[in-house]
Amino acid sequence: MTLPLFPPGADPGPSFVELWRRHPVGADATPRPAPSGGRPPLAVPHGTTIVALRYDGGVVVAGDRRATEGHSIAHRGIEKVFPADRFSAVAIAGAAGPAIEMVRLFQTQLEHYEKVEGTVLSLEGKANQLAQMVRANLPMAMEGLAVMPLFAGYDQRRRQGRIFSFDLAGGRYEELEYHATGSGGRDAKNTVKLGYRDDMVADEGVELAVKALYEAADEDSATGGPDPLRGIYPVVAVVDEDGYRRLPDTDVAERFARVLEQQRPRAGGGAAS
Amino acid sequence: MTMPFYVAPEQVMKDRAEYAQKGIARGRSLAAVTYDNGVLIVAENPSRTLHKISEIYDRVAFAGVGKYNEFDQLRVAGVRHADTKGYAYSREDVDARSLANLYAQYLGQVFTHEMKPLEVEILVAELDPVGEAHQLYHIAYDGTVVDESDYTVLGGDADTISAALGSSYRSGWSLGEALRECVRALSGPDRTLEVGDLEVALLGKGPERRAFRRMQNGELEQLLTTDAASVPEAEPAGGGAAAGTAETLPAVPEAGEH
Repeated sequence: MTLPLFPPGADPGPSFVELWRRHPVGADATPRPAPSGGRPPLAVPHGTTIVALRYDGGVVVAGDRRATEGHSIAHRGIEKVFPADRFSAVAIAGAAGPAIEMVRLFQTQLEHYEKVEGTVLSLEGKANQLAQMVRANLPMAMEGLAVMPLFAGYDQRRRQGRIFSFDLAGGRYEELEYHATGSGGRDAKNTVKLGYRDDMVADEGVELAVKALYEAADEDSATGGPDPLRGIYPVVAVVDEDGYRRLPDTDVAERFARVLEQQRPRAGGGAAS
Repeated sequence: MTMPFYVAPEQVMKDRAEYAQKGIARGRSLAAVTYDNGVLIVAENPSRTLHKISEIYDRVAFAGVGKYNEFDQLRVAGVRHADTKGYAYSREDVDARSLANLYAQYLGQVFTHEMKPLEVEILVAELDPVGEAHQLYHIAYDGTVVDESDYTVLGGDADTISAALGSSYRSGWSLGEALRECVRALSGPDRTLEVGDLEVALLGKGPERRAFRRMQNGELEQLLTTDAASVPEAEPAGGGAAAGTAETLPAVPEAGEH
């Protein structure tokens, strides 16, 4: 190993991606897959439902814990919501392997920029960085290894929470209220849509996100619900002016118990028929 | 064909060392000490934006004195080394020792093979998150590495400052004591350093993954003024004999501790 020094004309600047391309350590630079030519997509674990919504003063980001491989459950406890840095969160749906790798690269990139430049990227700058990574993943997406992230954070300059969604080609869209993606994303989004208000406080936002995940798990076989037997609960995080904070499992468990309690009359009606 | 003049290797090295030392001596000095919760680094630096002390990685900090553009280039290389290593392997695998060795190799290489040596002295510090085994690697312009565990001083006045700091150093200092002693040692007997003249950062144990933190003016002011209230002897000592100052000072904080 040598000190990574570059001549002035070839300096990678504050970009970790560019640095890694020139100076990969203990590995080759990211391999590019050969076109499959119509082979069926690879059977690898896929992550499912993630949801983000804005409230007055921040954002809530939540995701279930299940990864599926075809029709079977690959993992019961994977995590899909991560701190991107102190004031932002990234959630992932899609092929679990490349998605988690993308999160690692993204986290490293944000911290690298911050250390090299001595300043933090703007929230929009961070979203654009992630969009570039999604775009770079396009060949993999063509192979069935698509990654669909959701980026949310607290914009310290505008003093508000903001959410960004992405498409497979690297398109980046700001969501003004809420967004959900993954196999159960539609159900989650509809639930949020019905309960959403502009003036929600953090607690109401968390409540709504939990309910959205519950409904997604209720309708979508690939989305995991709360699992009290194993003590596995969805990850729910809040980002506000104090930064990223993941709610403790006990808190999330209590909130799910409350949602179940609210649903009980409905379940009773179903059993009678 | 012209014959180059013969210059004895001893002379070449001596000239280069002198050149580097002169460059370093033009800048202000910097001190790093361990305290009860980690490592404190205090630099004399009137600039708010051009830093001498920086974060390299979760538990590793960098500090440099001498020519800014040269040590800043080394700092960025250190960040690059640490981030690529942590990304390739794991965050736990990034350590100060390997980085200090790379710096030493590079500085040594430049010192012996290039026309101009780097006019810098750098420090790589690593926090021990559980115990007291913090590491301070002091690397000189010629690649010499000195491994310290208590305190170290970089810069032109290093010997004087180091003597002042060494005479008062005690392991297990509180943050305030460590800061006041560093500032006292850096300012010497004839000057007082204000908050605006200082750049202070620390590697502190805590729940945060990133242990590096810059101390802001308000916090500095508070810790430094506690000095005036609780250690009144510190003030008159500044005007007294330079040699005698060091011994008289630590008496008060120690009396409070034991």
